[in-house]
Amino acid sequence: MTDVRDEQVDALLDRVAERPVELDGLRVTDDDDGYALETPDESHDGLSEPELREAVRSDHVVPYITNWYFWEEAIGRRGRHRRAFLRHAEAADEHPVPERYDALRSGLETEWGEVVVTATLGADGHRRYEIRHVDDAGVDHDELDAYHDPLSARELSTYDERGRYRPLRTAPSLVSGWVFPDLDGRDAVETLDTIYPASIANWNLEREGDLDVTHWRETAERQTGIYDVVEELPPDAVDWLAEACCVDSQCLKRREWQYDADHDLEADGGTGAFPCREPCSLVVAAARKWTKLEEEETRTYEFELTPSEKEQIEAIVDAVADDRIDEIREADVYEGANRYRTRFLRAKRFDEAGNLAGVATEPEEGHHDDHGDDGDRDDHGDDGDHDDHSDRDD
Amino acid sequence: MQALVILAHGSHLNPDSSTPTHRHADTIRETGAFDEVKTGFWKEEPSLREVLRTVESDEVYVVPLFISEGYFTEQVIPRELRLSGWDVSEWDSDGLSADTATLVAEDTGQTVHYCGPVGTHEAMTDVLVRRAETVTGDPDVGEGFGFAVVGHGTERNENSAKAIEYHADRVRGMDRFDEVQALYMDEEPEVDDVTDYFGSEDVVVVPLFVADGFHTQEDIPEDMGLTDDYRTGYDVPATVEGHRIWYAGAVGTEGLMADVVLERASDAGADIDAAIATVREATRETQAAGD
Ligand code: SF4
Repeated sequence: MTDVRDEQVDALLDRVAERPVELDGLRVTDDDDGYALETPDESHDGLSEPELREAVRSDHVVPYITNWYFWEEAIGRRGRHRRAFLRHAEAADEHPVPERYDALRSGLETEWGEVVVTATLGADGHRRYEIRHVDDAGVDHDELDAYHDPLSARELSTYDERGRYRPLRTAPSLVSGWVFPDLDGRDAVETLDTIYPASIANWNLEREGDLDVTHWRETAERQTGIYDVVEELPPDAVDWLAEACCVDSQCLKRREWQYDADHDLEADGGTGAFPCREPCSLVVAAARKWTKLEEEETRTYEFELTPSEKEQIEAIVDAVADDRIDEIREADVYEGANRYRTRFLRAKRFDEAGNLAGVATEPEEGHHDDHGDDGDRDDHGDDGDHDDHSDRDD
Repeated sequence: MQALVILAHGSHLNPDSSTPTHRHADTIRETGAFDEVKTGFWKEEPSLREVLRTVESDEVYVVPLFISEGYFTEQVIPRELRLSGWDVSEWDSDGLSADTATLVAEDTGQTVHYCGPVGTHEAMTDVLVRRAETVTGDPDVGEGFGFAVVGHGTERNENSAKAIEYHADRVRGMDRFDEVQALYMDEEPEVDDVTDYFGSEDVVVVPLFVADGFHTQEDIPEDMGLTDDYRTGYDVPATVEGHRIWYAGAVGTEGLMADVVLERASDAGADIDAAIATVREATRETQAAGD
């Protein structure tokens, strides 16, 4: 049985002196006839202070008191998004205290992107939180690397399994193998917010019906400097952009933004736990590239390919787009995107300049030109501060 | 409750770009001077657009980790943070003197003390000098040494050159180094000709950049002739035409940078004198050369 500490009762008395206490089925008031105490199953009134102190220590009432103390004194109401998330993590608005305490004893799980948060009951009604990768559900603690500082999550979420930088924090490529075994509420939220920045605030704003969604058009119109061109990206291409970047296989946020308030995009917005309220910087940077590419007119080229070669090119595009290259076995020449098979195609169909089927990209020049916009590398004419030219998307 | 928010550029391609920003935030967090210390980025998350909603405090000091006043500090950041009624004239700046403006963030209702960039603060001069100490491993470095501050150049942003000149002048005024010179990547006097500008055998070269990246790791070392190919690395010091060049890399990676961030917030009214002293103490160790 969870106990109640004197200071918790003292705090309760202090609060009641100011105004009635009311939370999760507990009601305590102080009026001329003395104290009144009410829970869903019990009520007392006309209590003296010693009687109230006695009453709150009954087995039935204790959980209500420690629950009140945890939410009102330990967590408080300052961090409204934090509080909302932690209450969500134990479905506090749906289940009565005794039921919740029972469930918390064995742990209540909440999935958040690729991680799962488990809330449990600590001493004196405090909650403890464990955070780990969903893939590690059920794995023994000893087999995972344990962390205690929320900021460690920064390192953990910077690189994917293959050591590549993850510019999009919500890409479904978070590495597993770690655990934050024992966090308090503040650190739990801090950890989640390090892994998925601003996700808790936006989730809660949405819950409160207050999420400020900025659609594509408005975002594009706001851009200046090298990004002001994205406004010219045709509506169809915005749909392709969302399909390329925002679907669940690429990003765990649920895309809430549309082309504009009156025109939804066809691309699937995903089913993630937390919303995306505006095109992110990665999408805007990609859009800049596509705006330039989409300005090109199509041309008719004539290629000689066997049917299998055409299909092979399609298979290569699919494999790259779905990031399946690493899954294709070295010797599996049945796969169109197999490396040897691709090299064979190149050896057979590319000329010395790298032109497919010997057909020049620019007919008049007769050479393969894929460096037409190297200017991008150097194209941030708006900022002397920007010191990283290798950042081609800037 | 008061919060500090450090804003930086960040990168989609290079994770090192935001490392100094995180490190300085950690240093300041440890002082406990602010109830919260957060970072926000143009190219990483949380975005400039959303960083304020991750802050619980009503009173927020926002310090841009940028070198000069200009497009980012005057247009992008105020716009993305939704600073209500922002007008650059609130800073009343000559390109070097932006200090603070107090505004309300439209979406969160927080009071934002929006500070000038770190690069133009006078405390930045100390960081440049500290960088020289760090790279030479000598806390008294100066006599017999030349000192070069390197900037991008005026081609794009006139203010960026102003910041370089300003700090070069201030280092000169310290009378500590035998010679001090401002050099640029894109214009005269060029960093390529660094040895032409110094009589001293030893020259410390410090780029006034926030993070190490393409310019500080590839361009500048190759331009100065420290190496033919940046991938093969270079020595510190490296000998070029009879001079020993102590190349320091981006000044923004120096631990003492955290102090400039605090100075900016303090100038804007944050009550953090004790924290400034702590940071100065904590970032003092001078590492051995080449570390
Ligand atoms: S814009 Fe798309 S890719 Fe970017 S965060 Fe939102 S849903 Fe994800």
